[in-house]
Amino acid sequence: MKEYPVLGKKDTRSGFGDGLFELGQTNPNVVALCADLTGSLKMNAFQDAFPDRFFQVGIAEANMMGLAAGMTIGGKIPFTGTFANFSTGRVYDQIRQSIAYSEKNVKICASHAGLTLGEDGATHQILEDIGLMQMLPNMTVINPCDYNQTKAATIAIADHHGPVYLRFGRPKVPIFVPEDMPFEIGKGILLNEGSDVTIIATGHLVWKSLEAAKELEDKGISAEVINIHTIKPLDEDIILRSASKTGAVVTAEEHQIRGGLGSAVAQVLAEHKPTPMRFVGVNDQFGESGKPDELLDKYGCGVKDVVQAAEALVKPRG
Amino acid sequence: MESTEKLQQIASQVRRDIVRMVHGAASGHPGGSLGCTDFFVALYFDVMHTKAPVFNMDGEGEDLFFLSNGHISPVWYSTLARRGFFPVGELATFRKIESRLQGHPATEEGLPGIRVASGSLGQGLSVAIGAAQAKKLNKDDRFVYSLHGDGELQEGQIWEAAMYAAHHKVDNIISTIDFNGQQIDGAVENVMNLGDLRAKWEAFGWQVHQMYGHSIDDIRRIVAEARDACGKGKPQMILMTTEMGKGVDFMEGTHKWHGVAPDDEQLAQALHQLEETLGDY
Repeated sequence: MKEYPVLGKKDTRSGFGDGLFELGQTNPNVVALCADLTGSLKMNAFQDAFPDRFFQVGIAEANMMGLAAGMTIGGKIPFTGTFANFSTGRVYDQIRQSIAYSEKNVKICASHAGLTLGEDGATHQILEDIGLMQMLPNMTVINPCDYNQTKAATIAIADHHGPVYLRFGRPKVPIFVPEDMPFEIGKGILLNEGSDVTIIATGHLVWKSLEAAKELEDKGISAEVINIHTIKPLDEDIILRSASKTGAVVTAEEHQIRGGLGSAVAQVLAEHKPTPMRFVGVNDQFGESGKPDELLDKYGCGVKDVVQAAEALVKPRG
Repeated sequence: MESTEKLQQIASQVRRDIVRMVHGAASGHPGGSLGCTDFFVALYFDVMHTKAPVFNMDGEGEDLFFLSNGHISPVWYSTLARRGFFPVGELATFRKIESRLQGHPATEEGLPGIRVASGSLGQGLSVAIGAAQAKKLNKDDRFVYSLHGDGELQEGQIWEAAMYAAHHKVDNIISTIDFNGQQIDGAVENVMNLGDLRAKWEAFGWQVHQMYGHSIDDIRRIVAEARDACGKGKPQMILMTTEMGKGVDFMEGTHKWHGVAPDDEQLAQALHQLEETLGDY
């Protein structure tokens, strides 16, 4: 099993904040809008360094999406910042009409996604956002896995013309993606080669899946691990190649299993290469208050859940 | 500056276009379109500085216009075509399959003149304010105009945007409310009363002007007044009194023609009241 040394521990939202600050220095067209969560989104560095290009919107997310759409007219590249819940469900129609249908170059940057928001509870723990966003024509959907990848993704999306949903989170998680690794939108990353089962993961569940692969190795199961940081457009080639090799696929995400990464992967496999699958994610439930890892375990998104899903696919084959 | 008489002639032709388009599609929104015709003609043929008939999405060095109440697309399409942005003959495709003239304005097919989709109400003011701020960042001293329905003010996003524009001193935007007092379910005051609109906008930090939307001269004078008031830290709002269905007697002053197409007989009756000045499409 390939070793991934932990380079440190940081929150992915800091990767966004640091990436945005770097963009401020390199791209004069980048502007940022925030709906009263500047500290939570780690946008302070950008705000302090580029006050003329930072727009405080107050607690008015619908207006923020419209403003961002308008600012693209004239060549600005707006990055909006608020929690994932308020970046998607709350403003779905604004995104749909003013941004996606209108093909506006807006980057919707969403923090505190999923269960790992923790103690604030289910009102804020959106688990449906990937589904909402990937359904929209013209929308690119990205969910990076650690600080380095989130920073690289933030920088990369400024050069991609079109609406993007960038999803990241609150807790400090292990950093293992090399700092200098370029971010390629739509290109999955093969993290570990294996032969018995493929684990396809996104976001915080990528590291959990690497840990699961280690446990599986101890049990004599060889797991291939793929990081799908871009859910749309989906890297179908890497998925089909791996499924053809292992004949068993587990998806892992901090999201509802209906409508998220698992659904997207299942759709590709069902059409081109029907493969037995298991889905690690939240199964038609709302979350609750608690610590991030407690919640991941309780709602079926822990390391043990990935291990069990892989075993369930591999064991019957003997 | 175009003569008032010339603009009135154009308006008559635009009104003919509107009723013919809606009749041709057997659907659409004639009432609000007819009510805003004089405003559109004054704006596009006199008030606004554009590079017509050339259209650029970014509109650098040009005045921009955003239609927030997208259902009155017929008046916008006709005005844009008559101004030369696209062939007048294309008006015949309104609301038909494979047309750039969608039921509600859209950018997807690249219709010149349209910069953002609208139709789902309440979103256009935010977009217009964003575009106005981009102009400031680009040191572009032209203006941004937007139009909104009165019923549309029932959407909360409008007031989020209103608060924002005043707070951020967006003083290069001139917005107009089409105050015809009607919405789909009846009179605005019965459906959801807007109260004292002047007081509301003033309380939200806007400078408010009022005009009569069927006097070309009044429109030119008041819009110029609002433009002169720009650059002093306040967004500008014009409350424009109009009559829904203006120009076609049986459509005037009632919400019944908000979203209904005339039949053959009604079309003939309407066209009889509207002089063909520039040639029908």
